[in-house]
Amino acid sequence: MDATVSIQELRTAPDHARATTLALGVLLAVFVVASFLLGPSNLSPGELFSGLLSGHGPAGVIAREIRLPRAALGIVVGAALGASGAALQGLFRNPLAEPGVTGVTSSAGLGAVLALYFGLAASSAFLLPGFAVAGALMSAGILYLLSRCGAGAMALVLSGVAIASFATALTALALSLAQNPYAMSEMVLWMLGSLKDRTLSDLAFCAPLTIAGLLLLVSASRGLDALTLGEEAAQSLGVDVASVRGRVVVGVALATGAATAAAGAVSFVGLVVPHVLRRFYGYEPSRLILPSALGGAVLVTAADIAVRLIAPDGQLLLGVVTAMLGAPFFLWLILRLRSES
Amino acid sequence: MSVAFETVSASYGARPVLSGVTARFPRGAVTGIVGPNGAGKTTLFRAALGLMKTSSGSVKVLDKALPQWSREGLARSIAYLPQGSDAHWPLQARQLVALGRLPHRAAFASLSSVDWIAIDEALVRCDARQFGERRMDQLSAGERARVLFARALATAAPILLADEPAAYLDPAHQLRLMELLREEASRGTAVAVTLHDLALASRHCDQIVVLDRGQVAGQGAPEAALSDAALARVFGISAMHTPDPAGGRAALTPWTRL
Repeated sequence: MDATVSIQELRTAPDHARATTLALGVLLAVFVVASFLLGPSNLSPGELFSGLLSGHGPAGVIAREIRLPRAALGIVVGAALGASGAALQGLFRNPLAEPGVTGVTSSAGLGAVLALYFGLAASSAFLLPGFAVAGALMSAGILYLLSRCGAGAMALVLSGVAIASFATALTALALSLAQNPYAMSEMVLWMLGSLKDRTLSDLAFCAPLTIAGLLLLVSASRGLDALTLGEEAAQSLGVDVASVRGRVVVGVALATGAATAAAGAVSFVGLVVPHVLRRFYGYEPSRLILPSALGGAVLVTAADIAVRLIAPDGQLLLGVVTAMLGAPFFLWLILRLRSES
Repeated sequence: MSVAFETVSASYGARPVLSGVTARFPRGAVTGIVGPNGAGKTTLFRAALGLMKTSSGSVKVLDKALPQWSREGLARSIAYLPQGSDAHWPLQARQLVALGRLPHRAAFASLSSVDWIAIDEALVRCDARQFGERRMDQLSAGERARVLFARALATAAPILLADEPAAYLDPAHQLRLMELLREEASRGTAVAVTLHDLALASRHCDQIVVLDRGQVAGQGAPEAALSDAALARVFGISAMHTPDPAGGRAALTPWTRL
């Protein structure tokens, strides 16, 4: 065997990882600029960009206070959901695991609603995302415990459905009890998610929490690779499986909780993105996390553009578009998994 | 002594799975562990890896008590191939074997030349290099088993514990597997392997540990440990012995149920 030659050959893995990452980066740049330029006010790109730089005049206000937060939140929310999906799928070794399907997003939404409508959010800016993260943590923890008790792929998804319904019901109850005249429309907003009318302060709490969550997920990535061989083999390879599990559950809760506190429950992003990208990254869980963040950002930004193009009056919600893409995909995935087993 | 169990007992909840087991896996030898289903063969491995809490007795790995080992140090010392291993994601075979190098890699470090050579060598030794570039889901069960075995070899640990590695292999690859275990042992590795196939165990192992309901029912050279009396008592079978015309060990074939 000619080891010297093969080592050089092997280092360039025969998949399309680099090209895919590059393509995602270009797509994201294009979509973010498009998202920034798109809106009801008739401002030219030149006016918007100079407004963004100077901050003066109506163009400055629109560019900095409306367009920038919306475009940037699209990136952050998408990245949080995409990476969370990739990490959950790695941890549960199940392509159906995803923050939306497993009820983590709905639980985060419940936390946010509790903080918001019972006046807690007014007392401290950290309480709204804090409650959302706590909600996400609770549901991710329950799922994790179920999986430890030997719940299989389908059982996990079904438990996720139950958790999601329960959280949604409690959200509705909370909104009704809060005697909010806009309860119904607010409810829909939380359940389907939107990036409309977000402010820089939304970005200011969402981005750091998401980054912290992503760092935790990345720190668990080698452990996720080892889990490809099962828990005992991973442990025998020196992986602290309990720590990997904890990082993923907390990382997903931070990222998804922050994203949901800022944008409501945007579903299916974490399901579709890692699944589509996995083949380009050699099916290795560790290599999939950051590209899924990138892909999630692309998908959410694109969906947010679609929302504004389809219904310029702002009546269409972000989650409608992601669910219309994601739900059929989810069904197809279930059918495929059944035919495999 | 590479692995030494000293009156080890362990239980799952209230059910005892190992009671007072004293056994050794010496370096440079292939130790076969046989016993009926549920005899505690897998548990013995799990105890050596620290995956299973023992209620009494002691386990020593490379003459050092198990609690004194660091997680990473133990991972570099024992390569473990669990029973019914499979890959949960269809990784490329070579990348799957690369997971065996994890104990040698610092956090976030990429694979070194030493790693790649170990991976390639493991693939060659398992006769799996020709499908190293293929994805796990494009391989047959036997081919996957060879790749998974290569993953354990890639760790290059001084101790190798393989739980039923022969289960999905065709006869030629079963014999190749036993040769591989022999090769590993001749490099100084302590090899322990659980086998249901008594013919393979009796012909290819240096010593046999017979487990029965969590206890050691016999230990020693294959002829002694797998005597007719032991086979009758532990497995409830009788065996046929066929002399080897080449002068080697007699072949043992399970023949009738008693």
